Amino acid sequence: MTGLTVRAEALQKRFHDRDLGTVTAVDGLTLEIRSGELTALVGPDGAGKTTLIRMIAGLLRPDAGALQVLGIDVIRDPQAVQDRISYMPQKFGLYEDLSVQENLVLYADLHAVPLAERQQRFARMLQMTDLAAFTARPAGKLSGGMKQKLGLACTLVRSPDLLLLDEPSVGVDPLSRRELWKIIQQLVDEDHLSVIISTAYLDEAARCAQVFVMNEGRLLDQGPPATLRQKASGLTFTATPPAGQPARQLQARLIDAPDLIIDAVPQGDNVHFIQQPGADLADLLGGAAVQPRPEELEDAFMILLRGESEGQPISTPPTQPAPAMPARRGDGPVIVVRDLVRKFGDFTAVASTSFDVARGEVFGLLGPNGAGKTTTFRMLCGLLPATSGQLEVAGLNLRHARAQARARIGYVAQKFSLYGNLTVRENLQFFGGAYGLAGRDLRDRIAAMTRQFDLEPAAKSGLLPAGYKQRLAMATGLLHGPEILFLDEPTSGIDPLARRAFWRTITALAQTGVTIIITTHFMEEAEYCDRIAIQDAGEMLAIGTPREVREKAGPEGAKDMNSAFIAIVEAARARRAGQVAA
Amino acid sequence: MRVWLIRLMALIRKEMLAILKDPSSRALLFAPALMQALLFGYGATYDLTNAPFAVLDQSRSAPSREILARIEGTGVLRRIATLESSDQIAAQIDSGAALMVITFPPDFAARLAAGTEAPMQVILDGRNSATAGAAGGQIAAIVARYNADLGHAPPVEVVRRAWFNPNYESRWNLMPAMIASLSMLQTLMLAALSVAREREQGTFDQLLVTPLSPLQILIGKALPSIFIGLVQSTIIFLIILFWFRIPIAGSVGLLYLGLLTFTTASVGIGLSISAVSLSMQQAMLYTFMLIMPLMLLSGLLTPVGNMPEVLQWATYANPLRFGIDTVRRVYLEGASFTDIAPNFLPLLAVAAVTLPLAAWLFRHRLS
Repeated sequence: MTGLTVRAEALQKRFHDRDLGTVTAVDGLTLEIRSGELTALVGPDGAGKTTLIRMIAGLLRPDAGALQVLGIDVIRDPQAVQDRISYMPQKFGLYEDLSVQENLVLYADLHAVPLAERQQRFARMLQMTDLAAFTARPAGKLSGGMKQKLGLACTLVRSPDLLLLDEPSVGVDPLSRRELWKIIQQLVDEDHLSVIISTAYLDEAARCAQVFVMNEGRLLDQGPPATLRQKASGLTFTATPPAGQPARQLQARLIDAPDLIIDAVPQGDNVHFIQQPGADLADLLGGAAVQPRPEELEDAFMILLRGESEGQPISTPPTQPAPAMPARRGDGPVIVVRDLVRKFGDFTAVASTSFDVARGEVFGLLGPNGAGKTTTFRMLCGLLPATSGQLEVAGLNLRHARAQARARIGYVAQKFSLYGNLTVRENLQFFGGAYGLAGRDLRDRIAAMTRQFDLEPAAKSGLLPAGYKQRLAMATGLLHGPEILFLDEPTSGIDPLARRAFWRTITALAQTGVTIIITTHFMEEAEYCDRIAIQDAGEMLAIGTPREVREKAGPEGAKDMNSAFIAIVEAARARRAGQVAA
Repeated sequence: MRVWLIRLMALIRKEMLAILKDPSSRALLFAPALMQALLFGYGATYDLTNAPFAVLDQSRSAPSREILARIEGTGVLRRIATLESSDQIAAQIDSGAALMVITFPPDFAARLAAGTEAPMQVILDGRNSATAGAAGGQIAAIVARYNADLGHAPPVEVVRRAWFNPNYESRWNLMPAMIASLSMLQTLMLAALSVAREREQGTFDQLLVTPLSPLQILIGKALPSIFIGLVQSTIIFLIILFWFRIPIAGSVGLLYLGLLTFTTASVGIGLSISAVSLSMQQAMLYTFMLIMPLMLLSGLLTPVGNMPEVLQWATYANPLRFGIDTVRRVYLEGASFTDIAPNFLPLLAVAAVTLPLAAWLFRHRLS
């Protein structure tokens, strides 16, 4: 099948906001998307990906320009387009109280799928998504990954000519992500379906036939991944730090030199970096051994984006530690967990878990959706009482001295959870007061935090851009100089650029002696951690340094953390299945 | 202790800011109290002010004309139709055009002249019982006066003096009760939304990880709601006192002591609702479900004494019953503390149950 599914010319969309003024979401976009292919839209937050998808779906009317979808002028006749496409928004509207089967039937009714076709279509969807065994289960009781698959199945109850997916893999663990992509791939290969997908994961974009890189409403570049990748050709290297030096330190040093280095991330015990063309790195690298490595799509993406934000260092937040931070270095573990159990009725969310976290460590909790990591995390912060077991945080038992223990921890929630209609200063004043700071102490700390995170005290928090909201959340979590900082999926749904800046902050904090407990879905981020723990079905499957965990995963997982994670979880599931069978 | 207070003050300040900085909730705080007080003051009245009636005068005599003139002379009853025959009566009442139809039979004047009993008929629209009753009473009074003028003095005369509300104005009865009931609507809603909003927006977890104790959170959440409830009561109180000019008989201090206790109990109920709710929608639904029975069982419109005994017992859990009673008695009858002391017990009991319950639920609601 040849031809174009989407043809946009000088497309423009503005939004008017009472507080922010006019925002141009899509700015003179011209592009052509071929049919029968898998097409990716990538770009940082606010690039205009969702706006573009919603315009293609006929849900938003462009302010200017022409847009043809499946040969139809979508501006003039959105209904004709909507009759032939399927669209899965970021948050799909599943009816949580209805069962899997009932959800499918409901969407089939909504799309007027003929009864004769339904049985066959349902059977195929259920088989593809592996949900056949759960047809009677209410959608609300499915795990995050399963919900997403059901959303996709409901989107596909009828056979569309074009499938639009808006960040389907946000907040989905690697296993579920892999399954989701298997389904999408199958649809393209077998049905020659045209699929347009927006994503924050560049390894996903690399699987597509055509990639469009967007930024601030404009198209930065386009082409097949293999062509785009060549932008980074000859600039990508792997540096191995001298024995005994953590890769994280070298990575921090590299990323703080934006004139020489475009990007650097820890990878295994090494650092992957992209250099500026013609840069002399001898001084910067110190004794690290350097080897060229094959370029990837992410490298090209980083080069494109850095070209856009010329001159600005990647990490605006702290290069120097906060001044008044009381350093409480000492010996012994700062978190002690012994035989921790949490049950919800009959369901065991966390089964007899034990581990320690040393002071100043960056400790990562990884696991598929519904693995029990959120439950563990909430118990550690004192948000959820444990059913049994012992929990010590900052030397205090969480059973007896909860308020005192809470005074020593900071917490950054997954989504922005500060008071949106208060200003930055008012938020900080409140939380400072809640931690017992007042008067001069409070003023000094607020000044230090707003300086460190480059925040405008008078700005209304709810109107801050996503990256700054997170900085405010970090500033709030660190205001009282906690010994331990808890971060719950802080990088979920954040683009690579912002993630680099975020981790730079974290590594700087760890150096000042703050212990960091973090959950994440991005497996490559585990490489920033000193130690990680992988949980599934409430059990601790692996714990140790990233390298130890990778080695535990065997040859399959040694390559990178993503494959290590999948290998470990799958091995454990196979073992459990074997036990049940026996 | 100092740190304890710093923490509490930070929370109270944040709560006040959160309420006052949101333009929509700011408008919601004062506009409804003002509007509803005026609406109730003018709109909700059983008094005869402009009651329409129709006349079928088959006697067409001097006495019938005389009585009709006196009826129209009251200024509160208005003749809207003059009927020709008795089969037109039903249509007037059915359509609601007339509240009553007055009929003088053809032999009315003759019987009167003969000194025998001369009945006149008044048909009332019973669907509107309170106003119809008042209209009927009005006619009876006019006829009694007419009889007296004719020299037919009745052997026993009832002389009525209404205490506390000399002119029987229903506004006097309703409006002081509004001081309690209108502000309760708002405080209940405000308190019910306060925790639910935080849970929905995810800010409650951020609050729970701070060292704030449940007691501090409770006080920090309750005080602003109580304060705003009292401000609303004050707005309504001032409107009643200065706009509708209903004089207060009792002590203002005692009135506010009663209101404070009453509002605290309402906030306790609101916070308990809030602590169980996961979303604002849920909290609103629970609040609406609760408000109807609270109003009906409060004695606002119908006396508690008229209710079946089981329901009378149920009213003991209803702070509004004692809130309204306290306000009415202090306002209209000038009751002293000892008079209304029994009202404080149920109010304090409700607060003593709901406030600790809410504090416990903050942390122990299973998610």
